[in-house]
Amino acid sequence: MKRITIDPLTRLEGHGRVEIFLNEDGEVENAYFIVPELRGFEQFCVGRPAEEMPRITNCICGLCPEAHHIASAKALDSLYQVDPPPAVKKIRELFYSAFFVLDHATHFFALAGPDLFLGPDAPVAERTLLGVVRKLGAETGKQIIDARMRNGHAIQLLGGRTVHPVAALPGGWSKPVTEEVRKEIETIARANVEFALSALELYEQIVLSSGANVALIVSDDYTDRTYSMGMVDSRNRPNFYDGLIRVVDPDGGEYAKYSPRDYRDYVEERVEPWTYLKFPYLRRVGWDGFRDGPASGVYMATPLSRLNVADSMATPRAQACFEKMYETLGSKKQNGRYQPIHHRLATHWARLIELLYAAERMVELATDPEVTDPNVRARLTAIPCEGIGCVEAPRGTLTHHYWTDENGVLTKVNLIVGTTNNHAPIAMSIKKAARSLIKKGVVPSQGLLNRIEMAIRCYDPCLSCATHTLPGSMPLEVAIRDSRGIVIGRVAREP
Amino acid sequence: MKLKPKLAMYWAASCGGCEVSLLNVGEKILMVDRVFDIVFFPCIADFKYKDVEALSDDHIDLCLFNGAIRSSENQELAELLRRKSRLLVAYGSCAHEGCIPALSNLTTAADTLEAVFVSNFSTANPGGVVPRTTTRVPEGDLALPLLYDTVRALDQIVRVDYYIPGCPPEPPRIWEALEVFVDAFVGGAELPAVGSVLGATDLALCEECPLERNEKRVPRFFRPHEIVPDPKVCLLEQGIVCSGPATRGGCGALCPRAGMGCRGCYGLLQGVVDQGAGMVAAVAAVLGVGSPQEEESAIEQTIERATSSIVDPAGTFYRHSLAHSLLRRRRPSITPNEADEGS
Amino acid sequence: MSSYEPVIVGFLCNWCAYRAADLVGMARSPYAPGIRAIRVMCSSRVDPAFVLKALREGADGVLIVGCHPGECHYVDGNIKAMRRFALLRRVLSQFGVEGERVQLAWAAASEGNAFAEAVNRMTEQLRPLGPLRWAESVLREIRAPAGLDE
Repeated sequence: MKRITIDPLTRLEGHGRVEIFLNEDGEVENAYFIVPELRGFEQFCVGRPAEEMPRITNCICGLCPEAHHIASAKALDSLYQVDPPPAVKKIRELFYSAFFVLDHATHFFALAGPDLFLGPDAPVAERTLLGVVRKLGAETGKQIIDARMRNGHAIQLLGGRTVHPVAALPGGWSKPVTEEVRKEIETIARANVEFALSALELYEQIVLSSGANVALIVSDDYTDRTYSMGMVDSRNRPNFYDGLIRVVDPDGGEYAKYSPRDYRDYVEERVEPWTYLKFPYLRRVGWDGFRDGPASGVYMATPLSRLNVADSMATPRAQACFEKMYETLGSKKQNGRYQPIHHRLATHWARLIELLYAAERMVELATDPEVTDPNVRARLTAIPCEGIGCVEAPRGTLTHHYWTDENGVLTKVNLIVGTTNNHAPIAMSIKKAARSLIKKGVVPSQGLLNRIEMAIRCYDPCLSCATHTLPGSMPLEVAIRDSRGIVIGRVAREP
Repeated sequence: MKLKPKLAMYWAASCGGCEVSLLNVGEKILMVDRVFDIVFFPCIADFKYKDVEALSDDHIDLCLFNGAIRSSENQELAELLRRKSRLLVAYGSCAHEGCIPALSNLTTAADTLEAVFVSNFSTANPGGVVPRTTTRVPEGDLALPLLYDTVRALDQIVRVDYYIPGCPPEPPRIWEALEVFVDAFVGGAELPAVGSVLGATDLALCEECPLERNEKRVPRFFRPHEIVPDPKVCLLEQGIVCSGPATRGGCGALCPRAGMGCRGCYGLLQGVVDQGAGMVAAVAAVLGVGSPQEEESAIEQTIERATSSIVDPAGTFYRHSLAHSLLRRRRPSITPNEADEGS
Repeated sequence: MSSYEPVIVGFLCNWCAYRAADLVGMARSPYAPGIRAIRVMCSSRVDPAFVLKALREGADGVLIVGCHPGECHYVDGNIKAMRRFALLRRVLSQFGVEGERVQLAWAAASEGNAFAEAVNRMTEQLRPLGPLRWAESVLREIRAPAGLDE
C-alpha cells in the first residue's frame, strides 16, 4: 500500500510520527500516530527518595515542569498524610497560575501561532514564532515576549527556577513570599489580564473574523464526539490546582465525578505494539477501538474538555468569554449547562479563555494577604506508604501515584500524564483529517500535510511527558509471572 | 549579499526544557533570527528529517544538540547531524552527561518492561503485549526505534565540538555562549579550543553561591523536608546535601538561593573525574563525627547514623552525570551463558 | 573458574600497611598472588575515584589498607577514609558491585601476617563471585548494534 510519512511532527513537544496508508483508489485506508520515544520515569524513579520527585519529574517535560512539580508536591502531601498550611496552597496555586499563563501563551503564539497567523501553506522557513513576530509587528511581538519573560520571572521568584523549579516539599514550600515579591507578582498578574484579553481579541480578529476559518472549526472533519474530562472545584468551575475530576458524556450529562484517589476505578490504559505510548480510556465504558460516541471509553483531556465539564468559570471575564464561545459555536443549554463542544480546532479558543482565567486567578491570589504568611512548612509525622496527587496540566489531567517503603524511598510509581489521556483522540483526529484532505489525484503538498499536523497541534501535545515510561531495549523473551512468582506465560520478540 | 550562517537545534531523549530555555533569552531571540537562518528545529519550525538528509555535509554551521542517546533513532540523528554540521554542540545536561534519562542506567530493561506494560497499576494487558521494533498491521509494517539498555551522552556516540551545560542551561549563559559563535561567524573572531565548556565557569558552584560559609563540621545529614534550614547559611554546613563542591558554576546558584541543595546539573568541574566520587569525598570531608580516640566499631556506627538520611547516594550524587560516570551503569546480572558469549 | 585468580588493586598506606606488606614479603611467606600493591602516604589519600577507576579498568576487587584507628601517622587520616568508605560502599551496591569487592582493612607496620590474612581472606571471598570484567560485561552493550563500543 502507498504510504505517506510525516517525520518528525513539528511545533509540538517531543517525538511523533504519522504514517498514512492509501489504497488503490488513492483514499486513506488508515493513519497511525506513532510515538517513538521512551525514557522510563516509572521505573528509574524506583529507589529514589520520594521528596526528590518534584525535581526529578520536572524533567519529564521542559514546557510543563511546573505541572509535574505541583502534582508531585500534592502526591507527597498525600504520602505523608499532611494538609499543607494555607499559605503553601496559595503560593503553589499562584505559582501555577503564572505557569498556565506562560505555557498557554507559548503554545498559542510559538507552536500553534504560525498556522493561525501565517496560514498553513506559508513557506516552511516563515512558519515559525519568528515569522509570527514579523507578521504581527514589533509592538505585538514585544508584548508576546514580555508576557513570557515576566511570567518566567514570577515562576523563578516563587519557585527558584523558571525551567525545572525546586521549591516543592511534602506539606510545604522551601521559601515564603515576601511583601516585595508579592507586589511584583501582583503587577505581573494585572499585566497578564490585559495580555489575555488582547490575545482573545487577536484570535477574534484573525481567526473568527474569517468565515472560512469558522467553517473549518465547526466542520465534521475536525470533530469527534467523545467524553470530556477536567478538574473542578466544589461549584463545578475549573480549578487547575485542586478539586474533583469530572467527566461528562458526549451530550454533556455528568458521567462521573471522583476524587483523584479513586482514579484507578475510572481510568485504564491499553498497549499497542506499534507505539511506546499507552492509550487510557474510561474503564467502565470500556475500550471500543478508536471510535467516538458514548459506547467508546475514549475521552479527551484538554482545555476544551475542561470547559466542557464546567458549569461556569470562577472569574468574571473568563466567564464572559466562556459564554461567548459556547454561544458562538452554537452550543445549547441543557439542564442549565452548555452542551459540550466537540470541534477540536476550538481548543485554541478554549486555551485562551483558560489563559484569561489563570491571569484573573493570579490577581486574586497575589492580592490575598495570606500569601505572604511565613508559615510554609508542615510537621511530618506519618510513616509514608502511598500517595496520589492530581492537577490539571495545560495538556490534560495529570496524576502522580507513589508507593514507598517506610523510609519514603520509592518502591513503585505510576504516572498518567496530560497528553497520554489524549492519545486515542489525537489518533482519531489525524485519521479524520487525513481522510478529508487526501483524496484520489490530490498531491500531498507540505501545506496539506501541515493541515494534518494542525489536527494534532490543537491538543498542544507534550509527547516527552506522555512517554515518560519504559527505558531499555526489549529483551528477547519476557517471562510473565503471577503474584507468587510462578511463570504463567512468555512473550517473545525480536530485538 | 553574505549568506547567513545556518542554525539547527535538535532534541534526542530530552524534555524540551533546553528549547524553552533558549526562548527564554527574551528579546535576544530576535537577534538570533537576524544572524542565523534556521534550517532544522522541530520545536518551532516545520523542517523534516528528509530536509536534513538532503543537505550537503557541513551545511549547518551550528547545531545545538540536546537530549541523551537512548534509542537507535537518537543515535541515527546524532550521526546525521554530525555529518551535516560544521560545529556540533552538546547542549544541556542530557547531551553533556546523560542527565535524568541516564538514571535508567541504574535499572534494567527486563525490570522496566515488566513494570510498565505487564504489572503497571493502571494498565490492563492480559495478553502481555509489549511494543516491538516492527509490527505488522493490515496495511503494512510499522517501525519503532530500538531502545538501548544504556543511556549515553552525545560524545559517547559522535565527536562533539563544544559543551553548554545545565539542566537546562540558564538564559544569560546561553546568550554568552551564542555570542561566542556570533562573534566568530559574523565578526571573524577566533573560536575557543575544541572541547571547551561554554556558559559555565571553571570554579565550583560554591564560589558564586551567596550563602554564608563557615567551618563545616556536620554532625549528621538531613533530608530536605526534615529540617528548616537558615536560608542565609551554606546548606551543606547545615547537613543538607548540596553538590555545589563538585559542580561547575554558571547558573547563579539558583537552587541554594531557593533553599534547596544543588544537584549538580551544570556538570563536573574540570579535574573532577567522576561527580559521584567527588561528592562522596566532599560529603565525607564535612562530616564531623568519629575520632581517633574511639573504638573502630563505635566510629563505624556514628558514621552510619550520621549518613543514614542519604538514602540514595548514587541517585543523588550522580543525578545528572551517570552517563559520564566511571562505572556508567548498574551491572546487569550475568548468567554463565552470557559470560561465555563474551564479546 | 577453578584456576581463576582474582586481581585485587591494593592501596597500602606508607607508614603501616606497606611496611606490613614488606615484612611478609621479606619473610617470604606465601599469600594470594592477585594483589597489585600501590603505595600511598595515607589511606585518606585514596580518592573514591581511584576505586571506581580500578574496577572499571579490570580489577576484580580493591583493598584499601591503613593504620589501625588511633594509630594514623597523620592522626585521623584513616577516620577520613572510614567516612568515605561508608558512603562509597553504598554507592557501589547501587551499581551492583558486591560488598566483598571493595574492602577497608587495617594492619600495623609489624603485622605482616595480618596483612597477608586480609589479602587471603578477600581473595577467597572473591573467588566464588567470579571475575568482574566491568569493561567487557557492563560498558559494552550486549545487544546494541555493532560500533557502539566505549
